[in-house]
Amino acid sequence: MNPQRLMTRFGKALIPVAISLLVTALLVSLAGVNPLNAATELLRGSFRDLGAFANVVNFWIPLTFASIGLIITFTAGLWNIGVDGQITIGAIFASAVALSWDLPAPLLIAAQIVAAMVGGGLWGALVGILKARLGVNEIFGGVALNQIANLATLYMITGPWQPPEGGSVRSSPPFPPEALLPRLSDDFRISPLMLIGVVVALIVVYLALRGTRWGLQLKATGKNPRSALLMGVPTNRTVITAFIVCGMLAGVAGAFRALVVFQSLRPLVSGGIGFLAILVALLAENRVLLVPFITFVFSALLGGSAQLKVALRLDVALVGVVQGILVLTALLFKGASERFQATSSQPSRTATRPEVAHE
Amino acid sequence: MNIELRHIEKRFGAVHANNDINITFKGGRIYGILGENGAGKSTLMKILSGYQPADEGEIRFDGQLVDYRTPQAALRAGVGMLQQDPLDVGAFSALENFIFGPLSARGLRGKAAQAELARVCERFGFEIDPELPITQVSIGGRQQLEIARLLALGVKALILDEPTTGISAEQKQTLFDALKQLAREDGMTVLLVSHKLEDVIALCDEVAVLRAGKLVGAQVLPATTRQLVEMMFGQALSPAERPRSDLSGASPALKIVHATLRSKRLTVEALSLTLRAGEIVGLAGLDGSGQELLLRACAGLVRLSSGQIWLNGLDMTGESYRQFLAAGVAFAAAGRLEEGLVAGLTLTEHIALSTETGAVVSWERARALTAQLLERYNVRGQPESQIQQLSGGNQQRMLMALTPEQPTLLVLEQPTRGLDVDSARWIWQQLLERRDKGAAVLFASPDLEELVTYSDRILVFYAGKSTEIADVHPQRTSVEMLGRLIGGHFDEVTA
Repeated sequence: MNPQRLMTRFGKALIPVAISLLVTALLVSLAGVNPLNAATELLRGSFRDLGAFANVVNFWIPLTFASIGLIITFTAGLWNIGVDGQITIGAIFASAVALSWDLPAPLLIAAQIVAAMVGGGLWGALVGILKARLGVNEIFGGVALNQIANLATLYMITGPWQPPEGGSVRSSPPFPPEALLPRLSDDFRISPLMLIGVVVALIVVYLALRGTRWGLQLKATGKNPRSALLMGVPTNRTVITAFIVCGMLAGVAGAFRALVVFQSLRPLVSGGIGFLAILVALLAENRVLLVPFITFVFSALLGGSAQLKVALRLDVALVGVVQGILVLTALLFKGASERFQATSSQPSRTATRPEVAHE
Repeated sequence: MNIELRHIEKRFGAVHANNDINITFKGGRIYGILGENGAGKSTLMKILSGYQPADEGEIRFDGQLVDYRTPQAALRAGVGMLQQDPLDVGAFSALENFIFGPLSARGLRGKAAQAELARVCERFGFEIDPELPITQVSIGGRQQLEIARLLALGVKALILDEPTTGISAEQKQTLFDALKQLAREDGMTVLLVSHKLEDVIALCDEVAVLRAGKLVGAQVLPATTRQLVEMMFGQALSPAERPRSDLSGASPALKIVHATLRSKRLTVEALSLTLRAGEIVGLAGLDGSGQELLLRACAGLVRLSSGQIWLNGLDMTGESYRQFLAAGVAFAAAGRLEEGLVAGLTLTEHIALSTETGAVVSWERARALTAQLLERYNVRGQPESQIQQLSGGNQQRMLMALTPEQPTLLVLEQPTRGLDVDSARWIWQQLLERRDKGAAVLFASPDLEELVTYSDRILVFYAGKSTEIADVHPQRTSVEMLGRLIGGHFDEVTA
């Protein structure tokens, strides 16, 4: 990608951001608050000190992992609604290792992350196999498996991993210290290992989509599974591997949530990151390199939302509204520009929307 | 209604699709719009029917300047277009499709709508069962329904894009009679875009010929096919000649033994067929008579319900499409962008998809190969062009560039669908080259001339049953006889 094209792409992504900020400003004014005040408080909430900033980064890392994974399934034309469940299963698998294996810290950490990838990958594979082999739409399969993953969390917490002090549905026992990821410092509590991991994942997925046969097969399958099949692409295998790789990345996100954020397994451990990641993937439109920026904006907004409540008595749901408007305006903007292109420069109208693969 | 086009200009990037087009279409006359692929016919008709605006120029209806930018606005102005694939909604009945859209907005529903539909059907001899789900109506029937709908909307000019593709001879006659009646009695302006010169000669009063974006000629009919071809291409083509294949001692490339094929609507039973290397077998029949099923079975896309299929002496019964592909079968479907090419991928990406075998794609190698193939197959496009930006003929050439050079068996559904004479001949040259290298060719076509010209043998299908014409020869095998067989009159011919 040359710099100029990158710039226009950024420009395209920024216009919806500006529009949604305007709409939000209007909403905030309606609530009787000066939008500039709200913005200042929001930024202060996210960036007032290293601790606040660490919170932003600790949200950004798992959201980015899950979003990168989703770009893969999106490229293959798949609506992987099940990504939240894949995160949850990743958290459960990582917790299982953390709570039951007795290993020195480095090995234990490695084992936890590998286990999370295996768990997430399996959960993804299940959606993929249901779709490719049995014709179950991945949206339905994903929703069902999300539910099962949440129930599995509750079962583990109230059953096998019930804390010794008695039954509660609040969490598993805290993980032993060896299981926790090392932090950069006590002031800036982020995990360098995961930071490196997310950068590596970004680069690897970018290169895989761009330069490998698998990436090309994903793209072809996403745009026209029937033609792809006729051109010799093993579309079923492509669909399943897309889900597996996405699930593995989501699994790492789940491990992060359990090991870093909560240091135990909790109900709704994903915190809805999977659904947020779907919005990110919609905004990024299959461009991996845009993902970290979008996830950062989302994370900063969320990080500052508590401050809005404390300082201005605005509901934290406002941030959700901002994100929702952002996605809506982005999709509207995309649709409008496609329409404009279709009527002005294209010899024939063609659907460029990502289509759900059918076989 | 008189339609005047003045100085119509349209560019797509570097392509000058319509270059200063000036023409008047008079009410009450039927015009044939001719031109090879990419000559600018479709562009002009899309401008006239509101699917895209012209860059420059003006359109006048009966002297009145009009300006519209959507198909709905064109309809209100009195121009309706019958698309090659009728635009209808699958879940609705014929009557519901008739009412759907602008008609229902004008308050035409229920009994009144049914009466209106019945009136049009009566007048033109259309046979439409209003209650039948549209998915069960033939293409010809859907076309008649669409015409009825456009008439009810009060159009004064009718544009038809390749209307005789995929309809029966009888339906074609009904269509032509209706169009003539509409022109003579109602003063309707009728524009027919078609590659089939015999249709144009049979129906039209005048022709307008486009070449490379310009209007190069207009002629009042009658004219001979040869004259029209000359206008379209600048020179007359000599009739295609085909060296016969020498099949003595050739090994069987494809062998089907007592096969049963089933689809939802049709069963083909007790079919046996052997194709030797270097042999060309054509499949004839009306849409849905069984030939598509056979083609897809030979490509491994439809499994045999019983019986066996062998490729090069290898039992392939029950194997997957990918196994067939590995065994040297190349399949090209009729719908290029639906089955075969991937809209949104570049030409290079297509080539890479079918030639790159390692885990990492070498884009450099793929791009070089693409450039080379574009040159060899005479595809007008850049390696970076997306496939849907190419014209139909160039897409077909690209599809040819994607098929392996030395397949065991080529399975082709309507290999020259929608192509002009020149492009079609070029495609056949490529196919014959592959035949000469030892490929067996199995193809289906609605074009009887094509079948007679290129087939060594023809299998005619009617309602799942087939009869074979061995030893096809252009001079001895008459198109009329083939036509009768396609209509199901097997006994008459063999007796």
